[in-house]
Amino acid sequence: MSLATPLLAVVATMVFGGALFAVLGKDPVQAIATIFWEPLFGEFAFFYRPQLLIKGAPLVLIAIGLSLGFKAGIWNIGAEGQYIMGALFGAGVGLAFYPMESAFIFPLMVLAGAFGGWLWAMIPAILKVKFGTNEILVSLMLVYVAEQFLASMSLGLLKNPEGFGFPGSRNLQQYASAHNAELITGTGMHWGIVAALVAVIFAYVLLARHQLGFAIRVTGEAPRAARFSGVNPTRLVLFCLGMSGVLAGLAGMFEVSGPAGQVTIDFNVGYGFTAIIVAFLGRLHPVGILLAGLLMALTYIGGDIAQSQLGLPAAAIQVFQGMLLFFLLALDVLTNYRLRFGAGEVV
Amino acid sequence: MDLSAINPILFVAGFLIAATPLIFAAIGELVVEKSGSLNLGVEGMMIVGAICGFATAVETGSPLLGFAAAAVGGALLSLLFAFLTQVALANQVASGLALTLFGLGLSALLGQSYVGIKPPRLGDINWGPLADIPVIGPILFTHDIILYLGLVLVIAVWAMLKYSRMGLVLRAVGESHDAAHALGYKVKRIRTAAIMFGGACAGIGGAYISLIRVPQWTEGMTAGVGWIALALVVFASWKPARLLLGAYLFGGITQLQLNLQGAGVAIPVEYLAMSPYVITIVVLVILSRDKSAAPASLGRTFHASS
Repeated sequence: MSLATPLLAVVATMVFGGALFAVLGKDPVQAIATIFWEPLFGEFAFFYRPQLLIKGAPLVLIAIGLSLGFKAGIWNIGAEGQYIMGALFGAGVGLAFYPMESAFIFPLMVLAGAFGGWLWAMIPAILKVKFGTNEILVSLMLVYVAEQFLASMSLGLLKNPEGFGFPGSRNLQQYASAHNAELITGTGMHWGIVAALVAVIFAYVLLARHQLGFAIRVTGEAPRAARFSGVNPTRLVLFCLGMSGVLAGLAGMFEVSGPAGQVTIDFNVGYGFTAIIVAFLGRLHPVGILLAGLLMALTYIGGDIAQSQLGLPAAAIQVFQGMLLFFLLALDVLTNYRLRFGAGEVV
Repeated sequence: MDLSAINPILFVAGFLIAATPLIFAAIGELVVEKSGSLNLGVEGMMIVGAICGFATAVETGSPLLGFAAAAVGGALLSLLFAFLTQVALANQVASGLALTLFGLGLSALLGQSYVGIKPPRLGDINWGPLADIPVIGPILFTHDIILYLGLVLVIAVWAMLKYSRMGLVLRAVGESHDAAHALGYKVKRIRTAAIMFGGACAGIGGAYISLIRVPQWTEGMTAGVGWIALALVVFASWKPARLLLGAYLFGGITQLQLNLQGAGVAIPVEYLAMSPYVITIVVLVILSRDKSAAPASLGRTFHASS
């Protein structure tokens, strides 16, 4: 049942999403086919398939980190902010070395990106363990702070001095030492995708085989039992928030040095929030998240195609993704409870 | 920099307006949380309210109808949350997040053809000679009816919670749903009603931003006000009077940073713009030591077992 509900939710979303597209005056079957079929098997699939990896990698990276916390009841919903900070730290280190060429620059940027995300996630983590502050609200507030910080950086410190006054940094794609280039030409494979796969394996081993993974699971399912079994809640909060910050920061760093190329005001496109849907769609399981991330990437790409071919508004895809989370949560009742019809009201 | 450009009377009148969306959203959420549900979808309900109200006001030419539509829109969206958490017994945090993500998308979709339009203006109430009193007149008596409605609502909720039977039942459900259930109260029905009230309030708050405060429609225009409202409920320790105080504090900060931007202070615009969020965090830290005021059943799923 726990495998069937995500699939059921996808089907239900297709049906209701199709209805939504019909209301918008588009052919529902064609719209759904454009979103789910075209990128994989359509005429231009050779172009879209690499995109699937490029868009899926940040989603999977962030969602893996989030899922660790979600499992333990620690809610980091500010991954978008950590993603921005990772990108700023990573790009900042890279740009500081410009125009020097060295093999050390990219690894340093990776470290800086991870550090940036970690730092931003440590704010809600430390406030939570020191003062009991709600991590949901703090991490979310920090997204808005990070967005303003991004605007300030792309208009100020990191602005391209040769950019004719336009906002935005130098393009890292044109700076060989800092460029997160394709590893195998034509596949879209870059270091971020490697990192995402490593994260999936890491999370799987952690949850299935490691003491810390056990602590995470037991805290989520029975907090009291966790306390009796000697789980240290402070360490757990710091680890879960820190890890999700590191992974979100890495996602931002790989994005800014690769597919995006530069720091701009509108650099972040909401991966940090979509990753929440990915984490739940993957049932907080590493392998599930990998598949869910690819599916969500598909809706992004398919949505873009539907936008250009059918004139489907971009917001319709956002609604579509939101719907998916609704159906998933609603159908979870089938996994968590056994329904009995006709039993009447409990008196 | 020219601080004398800030007119103190206009500033105070402005921050009353800036605080109103917060008052509506937060007082609604306060009732929801008093009933024991934690709806993190305030931002989503606000933005849907903002576009429902805006679209209706533009189409009908009546801002008041717009506010009514915003309340209905917010309440309908909150019904989704009620279904997920009360019927499907889903996790409240996840359901609230879903509501926000869905609401942001839905509002963007509904609002496509309303970008760049000016909504009809809601006139100020005519207080007659009261408005001519120096200083106090322009501050207190030059506003629209919704702003006063917000204040009335806060007082009404306070009185309802403190003095009425309905308030007692609501608090009982929020403190111990098992005990309330044993006494024969319909826990789910009461919570659903509270959630819908919260949705309607959030919707009106959103519409206040799109119809009066800004006034126009842009995607994602609530910009975290819904989340600040959630923080405000914690800030207020679930007490309506402190909530009002908090809303004016945040409204004041928002208005002050906007005025400072306008006055050309040496601080960069971005750092001024992030100040309300930073201050929210600081306030949360100062106040989060005391958790005793929170309703005891807050965020817990109720499932009547036979």
